[in-house]
Amino acid sequence: MKKTAFYGSILAFAVIMGYVEFLIPFNIGVPGIKLGLANIVPLFLLYKKGFKEAIIVNTGRILLCGILFGNVMSIMYSLSGGTLALIVMYLLKKLPVFSTVGVSVGGAVAHNLGQLLAALWVIGLTAAVYYLPVLTVVAVVTGFLVGIAATLLIRRIRLKD
Amino acid sequence: MIAVIKKGDVILSAVCVILAVLVFVFFTLSKSDGDRVIISVDGKTFGEYSLSKDREIPVESQRGQNTVVIKNNKVTVTAADCPDKYCVSHVGIDETGETIVCLPHRLTVEIKR
Repeated sequence: MKKTAFYGSILAFAVIMGYVEFLIPFNIGVPGIKLGLANIVPLFLLYKKGFKEAIIVNTGRILLCGILFGNVMSIMYSLSGGTLALIVMYLLKKLPVFSTVGVSVGGAVAHNLGQLLAALWVIGLTAAVYYLPVLTVVAVVTGFLVGIAATLLIRRIRLKD
Repeated sequence: MIAVIKKGDVILSAVCVILAVLVFVFFTLSKSDGDRVIISVDGKTFGEYSLSKDREIPVESQRGQNTVVIKNNKVTVTAADCPDKYCVSHVGIDETGETIVCLPHRLTVEIKR
């Protein structure tokens, strides 16, 4: 029961983060630019629990946010980006040269690649690739900031098993 | 706070930015004036138009409606009934490789030589 309550509340937190992002659109002519606040939750779980827990909560978050604020297409892009990001973060975390900040940057860049792959599948190569350089630079900056936020959270919150 | 950042973080960030800049420079250098405007819906060509001839093209598909306008050698999407309107806020395009995408309608407007 404690487990259910824990994952329920952390999923709720993740959905709120998704809602906050939904409220702050970065409409600068390039589709898909987001702060990536929602990535704090899978990062936190990756460090505190494990890959399996992170991916379950992240998938739940994407489905819920997609149903609430998005559509079938946005769910597909988010799932593709979110899952690739999580796999990359999991692998980077294993390397001792990266802190949470580096793991977050890698995740943010991978998130774009994952979404791009979904976009390639939907609309064909040439169009989507042109956005990649801009998206990557933005991802490094937002990934850095989100990584710092996640570091604070991971440090401050202690979980009892 | 800065103390938690490791060397690897900085290297990873720098490599990503450098790669992005290189790809951007490559895209920019490979751009040139094109004249063919190609509109595709769902990966299939909807129509091909000349950039030098002003006209308005209503693009209608089962997903929705976009209005593509060619004027003064620039292409813009002036109206759309998609939810995000990224395509409408996109600046006008006039060089090869430049594209306007409307993801919800699976519409792309490209310029080719």
